[in-house]
Amino acid sequence: MNKENDESFKSGSLALKSFWRQYKFSYLMLLPAFIVVLFVVIYPFFYNFRLAFSNLNMYNMRQFIKSGKLTYIGLSNFSEIITQSSFWIILLRTIIWTVINVIAHLTFGIIYALILEHDLMFKPIYRTLLVIPWAIPQYIVVLIWKGMFNFRYGAVNLLLRRFGIPGVAWLSQAGTGFSAALIVNIWLGIPFMMMIALGGLQSIDPNFYEAAEIDGASNWQQIKHITLPLLKPVMAPAVILGVVWTFNNLRVIYLLTQNTLTNKIDILVTHVYRSAFEFYKYGYAAAFSVIIFIILFIWAITFIDYIGEN
Amino acid sequence: MSVKKDSKLKKVCFHLFLIISVIIALYPALRVFGTSLRPDNALHSTSLAIIPKHATFAAYKELIFEKNFLIWLRNSFLVTLFTVIVGVSLAATAGYVFSRKKFPGRKAGLTFFLITQMFPSTMLLLPMYLLLAKFGLTEQQQLIPFLGLAKAHLGLIIMYSSTALPLCVWQMKGYYDTIPESLEEAALVDGLNQFQAFYKIILPLAKPALVITALFSFMTAWNEYMVARVVMTDNNLYTLPVGLTNLAGQFNTAWSQFAAASVMIMLPVMAIFLILSRYLVGGLTLGGVKG
Repeated sequence: MNKENDESFKSGSLALKSFWRQYKFSYLMLLPAFIVVLFVVIYPFFYNFRLAFSNLNMYNMRQFIKSGKLTYIGLSNFSEIITQSSFWIILLRTIIWTVINVIAHLTFGIIYALILEHDLMFKPIYRTLLVIPWAIPQYIVVLIWKGMFNFRYGAVNLLLRRFGIPGVAWLSQAGTGFSAALIVNIWLGIPFMMMIALGGLQSIDPNFYEAAEIDGASNWQQIKHITLPLLKPVMAPAVILGVVWTFNNLRVIYLLTQNTLTNKIDILVTHVYRSAFEFYKYGYAAAFSVIIFIILFIWAITFIDYIGEN
Repeated sequence: MSVKKDSKLKKVCFHLFLIISVIIALYPALRVFGTSLRPDNALHSTSLAIIPKHATFAAYKELIFEKNFLIWLRNSFLVTLFTVIVGVSLAATAGYVFSRKKFPGRKAGLTFFLITQMFPSTMLLLPMYLLLAKFGLTEQQQLIPFLGLAKAHLGLIIMYSSTALPLCVWQMKGYYDTIPESLEEAALVDGLNQFQAFYKIILPLAKPALVITALFSFMTAWNEYMVARVVMTDNNLYTLPVGLTNLAGQFNTAWSQFAAASVMIMLPVMAIFLILSRYLVGGLTLGGVKG
């Protein structure tokens, strides 16, 4: 009995040793990245949870920095958010914003990728130039577009007037302002999806198309039955990221509506950003961030499950 | 697919479609360039032409010699440089083991990196801001006076290199997946240890992915505005995005100066993109997820 125990202990420590020997390299290589993520992502994540249950705001902020004391107020931040009618409106707007954007990015991205797969003259030039929207810093893009949406001098209205259509006061109403934001963001996001789709198309075995050709499949049939299904696994991670990024896209709406439509067409993140850094409602903003994360997390898990089943 | 021959009509349609798209893609950038050349009295023009009448480089001169532009440029350059170095080295090592090794926690780690992308930036920004404030890293005090690197810049570098990290790790992993494993096996037989095999054999082969990863980190740091706006308070410490938007937000916006600054910020990014565009298709392997 005793001997057995001893043996199992020995084999236990041996197992640990061989475990370490086997995986030492992996863990050591991961360590630097892990430490950084621990400090910058995990720690703030839990810190944010603490703040979410507190009433931290601009009045008790200074004291908090000095002494680190927080007054906890339970779930009242959360109940305050959920009972506001504006929360549900903003949530609905964020969902519409995300769905339209991602569908447009995907559709255009794949269309461009499909066209660029054809044997065309100047193909590399087209491909390079079409990536430009991605290359321009976003905050500059948004400010440029803001100028282009100007009622009197903006390029968009000038162009409309050329065609005899009266100009639209883009940035003075919520509806048109939201359309303007959609146009800007769709314009911004197409190149990324296009590049991902191009990479995916290259990985499709040309033999599939040859076989389909022999069977007499039309162009459209080939796209529908070969290209799109094979593109799906490649696009899935890009769609997940695309949705998350669009849902959390702070810059476009924040900068486009600054000084004009301030908080008229807010999505969830811009609302949080304003609450935190313009109204200094830190506790409230922290609770709001937690809610946004939960929404995205649930969505992502369902989506990954759905992809896995197919 | 590219071997297929299309009819003439179809080709013309494709070209037409692509040309219109390219114009739409390029117009805003060209528009800014045009605006930067406008003389002050012609700022409100209703012409759609790119190059204005009486074009002048006055705005560029003013910007460089009278504003803090060069200081902002240096700040941005420093922050970006360190972000890229930290980001690429961390992603290259972490991505490698995720691609090659089987170890407990591998799948959890990968999923975790994906989940961090779901945190709204405000969720990390707010605690990070409070933390940085606690550690004094929002202070404008100079850390390395010689370089002009302030404590607040350090805070930015830490935040940027880690926010881009999960994506970079996935990106590197995707590319390593495409490199045959037999290469390391041969190297191990030849007497190299695991790290040497990684460092001497695989890393040089992963150049396209390293370039793309560097590009991602570069873009994160060079273009970031929302965090920098919160952390920076002193005009001399601004990074370019903050300086520029302040220029645009002033009561009497000097549009030609704003445009000139935009052009000078855009040009390096666009140049890098154009130079690297041949890496973009092969190196962007985010989609290459194998288990």
